[in-house]
Amino acid sequence: MSDVATPTDILKENVWTSNPIFMQVLGICSALAVTNLLINTWIMTLGVVGVTAMSNLTVSLVKSFMPRKVRMMVQTLIIAFYVIIVDILLRAYMPDISRALGPYVGLIITNCIIMGRAEAFAQSNPPLISIWDGLTSGFGYMGVLLTIALFRELLGFGTLFGYQVLPNAFEPWIIMVLPPSAFFLLGILIWVAKSIMIKQGEPVA
Amino acid sequence: MNYFVIFLGAMLVNNIVLVQFLGICPFLGVSSRISTAIGMGLAVMFVMTIATIAVYLIQVFLLVPLSLEFLQTVAFILVIASLVQLVDIVMKKVSPPLHRALGVFLPLITTNCAILGVALLVMNREYNLPESIVFAIASALGFALALFIFAGLRERLELYDVPKAMQGAPIALVTAGLLALAFMGFAGLA
Repeated sequence: MSDVATPTDILKENVWTSNPIFMQVLGICSALAVTNLLINTWIMTLGVVGVTAMSNLTVSLVKSFMPRKVRMMVQTLIIAFYVIIVDILLRAYMPDISRALGPYVGLIITNCIIMGRAEAFAQSNPPLISIWDGLTSGFGYMGVLLTIALFRELLGFGTLFGYQVLPNAFEPWIIMVLPPSAFFLLGILIWVAKSIMIKQGEPVA
Repeated sequence: MNYFVIFLGAMLVNNIVLVQFLGICPFLGVSSRISTAIGMGLAVMFVMTIATIAVYLIQVFLLVPLSLEFLQTVAFILVIASLVQLVDIVMKKVSPPLHRALGVFLPLITTNCAILGVALLVMNREYNLPESIVFAIASALGFALALFIFAGLRERLELYDVPKAMQGAPIALVTAGLLALAFMGFAGLA
């Protein structure tokens, strides 16, 4: 990434043209599991956005003091620090959601997106723009997950954020609650995104 | 009998990749060839078993007595990172071709959610040491099995004419979905 990247470029790039999920298929590990209900996905992705932004900021601030050899370790520790804060906040204020997400909150730490952004962007850019990069990457991730969760909750339970939206006569699709649907929906979503990109003439990796 | 139930449950019924969605990154990344899939499976199996034992001991003898449970995530990730480094060094010495083949994915075991995920699951379910080891080995076998089947499917897929927009990740994910669907068949086992 060159130093002429403007905030709008970064936004477009992170949310669309090199969306971490569509183009790089990163960080879907801890993510597919929480997309069966919108509320869980919402909280989880908020956590990821916060952690990505804050760890990008921190990495960018301390990058000049960090010996290159141990930078991976330092980055991991910084990310772990913020993940623990998110975990403790969730346990204190939203015990139900914390239980539903289970070990997956702790697994934010192994989300490749966060590490990837810290390494690829924050390591070589000033703090403010790094926060922005972290936020937008998080938004790109959030957008995809919320879309998947929208379909899974709507078709699997007939509800949105826990509110009944489809009539009672609607027979819920059990498969939408089960794990395979997450794979199918993500596959279809990436397919659609790629088709649009090919139409627009964007280079597709 | 209890161990058997844990074993079957972790390997087939709650397969970490296909049902719990852990370790999808390497699952999609190194599954284009059967030979690399086997190598990755073995590396994960080795790391996962040792990591679970190490993590268990740290939890019981260090974190709980000092009431530092909130440091769980950091402690675990550090242990796993150093173990991966060890495997990396050993493999480089013992089998350079395999080391070259696995390339960037070996360091990525550190960020393989499956390893940390299994460690956290073991703590969540409050298994004792032998149960944890059985759980770790079975999970790793489940991972290797899923990876192996998936790599076989993908080698076949290469021969077919997949639409351009469908190539790569989308078709892989749909395949993984079908595989997950097949694994749902094990649901009644344990």
